[in-house]
Amino acid sequence: MGKYVLRRLLIAIPSLIGISIVLFTVVALAPGDPFEELATNPNIPAEVRANLRLKFGLDDPVAVRYVRWFTSMLQGDWGFSFVSRVDVDTLILQRIPVTLLVIGSSQLLALLIALPVGVYAATRPYSVFDQIANTLAFIGFSLPTFFTGILLILVFSIWLDWLPFVYRADIASTGWRWVWDHFKQAIMPVAVLGLAQGGSWTRYVRAAVLDVIRLDYVTTARSKGLSERVVVVKHVVRNALIPVATLVFLQMPAIFGGAIITEQIFRVPGIGSLLISAILANDTPVIIAVTFVLSCLVVLCNFTADVIYGWLDPRISYR
Amino acid sequence: MAGSIPAFPTANALSDAAARALPVTPGAEAWRRFRRHRLALAGAVILGILVFGVLFGPWLWPVPINEIDFGAKLKTPSWQHPFGTDDLGQDLLARMLYGGRISLAVGVAAMLIAVIVGTFVGAVAGMSRGRVDIALMWITDLFLSLPQIPLLLLIIYLFRDSLKVWVGPEAGVFVLVVAVVGGFRWMPVARLVRAQFLSLREKEFVEAARALGATTSRQVVRHILPNSLGPVIVAGTIDVAAAIIAESTLSFLGLGFPPDIPSWGRLLFDAKDYLDIAPHWALFPGGAIFLAVLSISFFGDGLRDALDPRKVM
Repeated sequence: MGKYVLRRLLIAIPSLIGISIVLFTVVALAPGDPFEELATNPNIPAEVRANLRLKFGLDDPVAVRYVRWFTSMLQGDWGFSFVSRVDVDTLILQRIPVTLLVIGSSQLLALLIALPVGVYAATRPYSVFDQIANTLAFIGFSLPTFFTGILLILVFSIWLDWLPFVYRADIASTGWRWVWDHFKQAIMPVAVLGLAQGGSWTRYVRAAVLDVIRLDYVTTARSKGLSERVVVVKHVVRNALIPVATLVFLQMPAIFGGAIITEQIFRVPGIGSLLISAILANDTPVIIAVTFVLSCLVVLCNFTADVIYGWLDPRISYR
Repeated sequence: MAGSIPAFPTANALSDAAARALPVTPGAEAWRRFRRHRLALAGAVILGILVFGVLFGPWLWPVPINEIDFGAKLKTPSWQHPFGTDDLGQDLLARMLYGGRISLAVGVAAMLIAVIVGTFVGAVAGMSRGRVDIALMWITDLFLSLPQIPLLLLIIYLFRDSLKVWVGPEAGVFVLVVAVVGGFRWMPVARLVRAQFLSLREKEFVEAARALGATTSRQVVRHILPNSLGPVIVAGTIDVAAAIIAESTLSFLGLGFPPDIPSWGRLLFDAKDYLDIAPHWALFPGGAIFLAVLSISFFGDGLRDALDPRKVM
């Protein structure tokens, strides 16, 4: 197992470097010169500009610039936000907890839907329940999150007036009231993300259970006289969940992408809405740092998926 | 006709005599299987209506998309404006018909890019063993693990202005959105094609072609590629839906098309500040995106069943 984790780690590092190269290339290829404004200003002689370029190392070879950029990114030296006048890392650290809270609870909701529905549908394939669940799952992941978000706001905030549609980090109330207010404002963003994710996971769970349920050891368990419930819960689901667990982690990048949109709709003050407002305000250091953080999270999730797969299915780590 | 080796060994469902009397072409067999998937058929019909409306609608409903009429602003649906009007009194039906062209065109164009790049990479990786294969698959895996939406936003932010200068505001955004959306969706196609190539390369009919002296390029173009197209078509269908969602996401975030090009996502973006007084403005374009994506998904699901010869139906 230790050797397996080490091997996976050795695969994760090149992909982190690969992602950083892609990111750096995109930024480096982009048109525009940071000192462009100085060039058009007649009061600033050309030598000053040349000296500035020299000072910041803009004329160095690409490889040197890349190594310098990557090491400073790794050290958490991400620069200074042009707009909010704060270091980028404090800005991001402020925003991350909200994002993790919303994403975490929506994943929990998705699993709570997908597991029972997928397992039940797979134990009765092609039944009425299976077909309805399948159709709903299709609808669930075909609905773009921005449209479900707008629909929910329309129904629950505007027509019924039950839930607030702007997420506020500074709620004045205290005690249980505070918890209830936070819960109320989180319902819609969590539901939007969770339902979309639950739809696609239901199909994965169903397919995984169907793969396992016809294997010989399941027949053996049945012929021992175990009840159907024990067979499904203890024998089938445990094995079927191995690929599903991996998938949950592999889909994290897509989930973070969906969270960006959901945060924007409900004005959740998380890392995604930080990215969008930075883009709209041309705040380049923030944009690059957020993209870099999300890329690192992706690599981390892929690595975790590999390790969990090896842990759940020992056949993988012995290869 | 070496190239017409049927891609689908027609399940010898009929008895031999009947088969001789009534030859079943691969196309007819696929159609027979497709018809049995009722939701897929419904999806195909809805998709057909949408495409027809978007192609010919602007002639049947010849109202200019940018005629401003403040007297009729934010009107709910009526006979004069079947889908209502927006905050400038512009007719929403006309704007949706025009915007649908953009949304569907982006979807199809991005799908073509994804399928062409993916097929090329997959074919090269599948035919060449060893280092080239490993390198190409490493790049594919790398692209698969990129955080797509943040990178999409970053690229659009960095390159939007200069492309507008090169090819004009409308074409610039179109080219950028199509290239970026297509450029992030070729990986699954590449993996599919490579897997197909790896297995087809060793099949007897390819061996026969090789024995007859067919060059590698002829083996690929005439024998292997036509037989690996089934899954690619299915993946391409799903890609159209994903590209439509990606385009409307960008427009919805205000980073896609400008307001004078009312793609469905852009309409939704403009409508979201008027949800309380004009919900119809958001519901029609949102519903159109949903219908398009859902019908394409069902259509693709039906195609998957229809084009997979191993699946018994």
